Amino acid sequence: MNLLELLGYFNYWVFAIILTVGLYAVINKNNLIKKLIGLSIFQSAVFLMYITMDKVEGGTAPIIQEGVEGQIFSNPLPQVLILTAIVVGVSTLALGLALVVRINECYGTIEENEILDAD
Amino acid sequence: MTAETAILMAIIVPLFGALAIVLAGRISPNLREAATAVTSISLIFVVWGLLPTIMDGGRPAIEVSELMPGISIAFKVEPLGMLFAALASGLWLINSIYSVGYMRGNKEKNQTRFFACFALALSATMGVAFAGNLFTLFLFYELLTLSTYPLVAHKGDAATVRSARIYLGVLLSTSIGLFLPAIIWTYSLAGTGDFVDGGILAGKLNDPEIGLLLGLFVFGIGKAAVMPMHKWLPAAMVAPTPVSALLHAVAVVKAGVFAITKIIVYVFGIDFLFDAPSSQWLLYVAAFTIIAASVVALRQTNIKRLLAYSTIAQLSYVIMAAAILKPLAEVGASLHMVAHAFGKITLFFAAGAIYVASKKTEVQQLRGIGRRMPWTMAAFTIGALSMIGVPPTGGFVSKWYILAGAFEANNLVAVFTIIASTVLNAAYFLPILYMAWFEREPAGGKEHGEAPFLAVLALCITAMLTLAFFLFNGPVIELESQVLSGVSE
Amino acid sequence: MDLLAHLPALQVVVPMLSAPLIVLLQPRGLAWAGATASALVSFAIAVTLTLAVLDGQTLEYAMGGWPAPFGITLSVDALTALMLLIVTGASAIALLAAKPSIDQQIELERQPLFYSAWMLAMSGLVGIVVAADAFNIFVFMEISSLASYILIAGGPDRRALPAVFKYLMMGTIGATFYLIGVGLIYMMTGTLNMADMEARLGDVTDINPVLVAAGFITIGLALKAAVFPLHVWVPNAYTHAPHMVTVFLAACATKVALYVLIRFDYMIFQAALVDHQMQFALFAMPLAILGILVASAVAMFEGNLKRLLASSSIAQIGYILLGASFVSIAGLSASASHLFNHALAKGGLFLAVACLAYQYRDLRLSQLGGASKRMPWTCAAFVVCGLSLIGVPGTAGFISKWLLINAALQSGPWGWALVAIILVSSLMAVVYIWRIVEALYFQPPTEEGDVVAEAPLQLLIITGLVAILNIYFGLFPQVPLELANSAASLLWEGAQ
Repeated sequence: MNLLELLGYFNYWVFAIILTVGLYAVINKNNLIKKLIGLSIFQSAVFLMYITMDKVEGGTAPIIQEGVEGQIFSNPLPQVLILTAIVVGVSTLALGLALVVRINECYGTIEENEILDAD
Repeated sequence: MTAETAILMAIIVPLFGALAIVLAGRISPNLREAATAVTSISLIFVVWGLLPTIMDGGRPAIEVSELMPGISIAFKVEPLGMLFAALASGLWLINSIYSVGYMRGNKEKNQTRFFACFALALSATMGVAFAGNLFTLFLFYELLTLSTYPLVAHKGDAATVRSARIYLGVLLSTSIGLFLPAIIWTYSLAGTGDFVDGGILAGKLNDPEIGLLLGLFVFGIGKAAVMPMHKWLPAAMVAPTPVSALLHAVAVVKAGVFAITKIIVYVFGIDFLFDAPSSQWLLYVAAFTIIAASVVALRQTNIKRLLAYSTIAQLSYVIMAAAILKPLAEVGASLHMVAHAFGKITLFFAAGAIYVASKKTEVQQLRGIGRRMPWTMAAFTIGALSMIGVPPTGGFVSKWYILAGAFEANNLVAVFTIIASTVLNAAYFLPILYMAWFEREPAGGKEHGEAPFLAVLALCITAMLTLAFFLFNGPVIELESQVLSGVSE
Repeated sequence: MDLLAHLPALQVVVPMLSAPLIVLLQPRGLAWAGATASALVSFAIAVTLTLAVLDGQTLEYAMGGWPAPFGITLSVDALTALMLLIVTGASAIALLAAKPSIDQQIELERQPLFYSAWMLAMSGLVGIVVAADAFNIFVFMEISSLASYILIAGGPDRRALPAVFKYLMMGTIGATFYLIGVGLIYMMTGTLNMADMEARLGDVTDINPVLVAAGFITIGLALKAAVFPLHVWVPNAYTHAPHMVTVFLAACATKVALYVLIRFDYMIFQAALVDHQMQFALFAMPLAILGILVASAVAMFEGNLKRLLASSSIAQIGYILLGASFVSIAGLSASASHLFNHALAKGGLFLAVACLAYQYRDLRLSQLGGASKRMPWTCAAFVVCGLSLIGVPGTAGFISKWLLINAALQSGPWGWALVAIILVSSLMAVVYIWRIVEALYFQPPTEEGDVVAEAPLQLLIITGLVAILNIYFGLFPQVPLELANSAASLLWEGAQ
């Protein structure tokens, strides 16, 4: 695999890097909010993967115009899918934040090790 | 009532009996005891009603549910099972009479649970006796373990619970760890687990594996207490004496040796096994168990533990007799199953009666007790003589047949074992008899007389049975010869 | 079209629509009644569907009338029907019993929201089961997960909150992994429909992305299914959840993820990845064995009743995975029948725990003295379900143990070693169940130990019923076995 080919996959490289960054934050951070931020970053990586993979070289938005023939369209389906996934991600984040609020009420802290010590 | 419904009734009657006992226990103890009595008498009617059919060569069978193709819950009455069921159901009535006297005399707690579990255990025993295939046998074998656990743990204190844990641990781990794989192996070899005259494994298994499978069965059936799987039996002696008497001298342990005999006769087939050198080890293991358990029994100071080790030895008599694989010895095996049952239940009844009357549990405390409890000790004497094999007791007859079988097979190991163990039996029973009858009671002992009437009545009946079996053993021999003729056909 | 044709859709729609309606049912007790009615209707639908597919046919349903490649399809076959029975049955039974326990644990004004979340969780689980396309599985998975986070955190125990947070983290990572895998497959095949995926994967020339996808999907679903060693979220989440929620989730939640895993592997990957057939076995079998042994060992030394049973659940998941990893029809049918039997046994055990928890605040074994005197019926039901979990003959648990051992024997030269492992772990189950039994029956009672104080009748009757079902399906297992067998042959055909 030469350099050009590697660069040709650059969107997947970005995906992989963001994914790892997010996962690192989820595992390594002690603060629950930071963990949630990590989780969001982790999920955005997947959004990126879906959105970039539907691009067809030279393709445009898939809108059929009268009189224009022979156009190449990018695939719209992954974008639709990822819209749903984004909604799921937002709900998860909201629920996670609500949990953090409740944890803060009950334990008076949002640091994981302090919570573990409290019980 | 047809024979088929009678089979189901034999299992259902004690089940409903257990329910009735629980309900009646809420109202009054007398009603509860009446429920036990009615249940055991009806069970005798049901089971003994089957006897003529079997004697005439009938083999009633019934299938309840087919779980998976080839594997079903099914019952079939054949002579061995008939013998076992008749024995257990008959002795249950006597034991119930005794239990009432014992439990009340001892003011035990949780008597309702005790009698209910007893009825459950009998239901499981009937299932073991009438099982038509290996799966059904296993099902009721496990039920028997589980239903007797509360009986063993009856007292509920820490030491008892620990012993009950050993009881359950050994029985469950042997049955799940060894018996179950053996059953599954058999099913996968033969495609069936039905008990068929002449066996189902002939030609499906080769030599070294035959010994291995036999080993899985023999050690997997921990209830037969072949060494080294015998630890549970002494542990089970923490149970109230009626439990030790009926379950750990008759129903449970006999379920073990009965299952092994049944597997030898109907799964392997006598002739098939006789031709397989790798199955020879069973005889040696049984012989070793007889001698070793007798030696251990010599050193016991607690009466019930002594009787437990004696039971271990006597069980292996049955297994050794079955392992000689000769017709006369097979007859001896089933005779001994019955003779030992009568003798050992008498001994346990006596031990329990002594405990109720005087709270004595150790051999050394028995000095001079014959004068205070003449009836009990007379029965004890008869039981002990039967264990040694002295005429005119049942034990003599069975030993005679086993010995004859051993000579027929030219099996000197078996002959030697029987003689040596007779000497050992005499060595641990005769001193007790001497102490009880001829030595003087140490001064300052507690004043006491006989045990409650019901308990003494029961042990006198079983002692009479032990004597009577010396003369009237014809039906047992006839039943057993049917098994053997079925084999030779 | 008659009603039967719409049942696959109604199966999802009924609980989903009842969720917002239940929120409106503020008056006392009505929310519970609404949720229970909805769960019972769902169960009735599941039973009807089961009867329809019992002869081996598959029901297809196109949402909105759009045919397969364009529209969203649902499909119901024998395996689906089995899972539907488990999910809706567990939910209906738990709800029928739930009222006294929920009333005790959750404030009255929050109850409508709670039951509404329950309905959402159930419709999500049902949706996963009937969905025939990979992306909808993801959506339903997240619906059910989000709703179950709410359910678990809904109780009075504050320790549930960090437990749920951990569950949320791990669950989301699992779902996202799954999503990545689905994306990669979509990239290679251009379809999300599982049947089409299977057909088109065979034509894919570059197999590497599919292998990566298989890895992502397997790990993602294993996280959700609590396959060892990805199970760390389970013990705390089950232990601190409201008791009735534990009954519901322990009986079916992880199994649904496992169902998707097995379906993906057998229907899609096994057939498509030539020369990689054994991958699933090589990957899953060691994990299953480790899970069985380690989790059983943990359970043997656990002091808290609920946590002990949660550990045992991880071991039982191992059994199901072990059966599937034999890659044989016998193994699959053992797995499928264990799905059902374990749900029955564990559901019954947790129901009995809920009864105990009604009287005992502290569920550590050392605090349960005298329970057999106070709650004799509860303890009896517990023992019966415990025996079923051990796999004692005459109970439902024995049937699947028998099938599993048989399948292990047929699985090749290592069969005996596998049998030994199964038997050893059964003995470990004897140990941990018997620790509980001894605590219930023989421990010296706590203060008011001798007073009979059974759980409320409603809770008790259902618990007893499940205990009886454990025996019934041990003696008459024909129907679940038939379902399991035809499910296994479906999967097996899919793998060829």
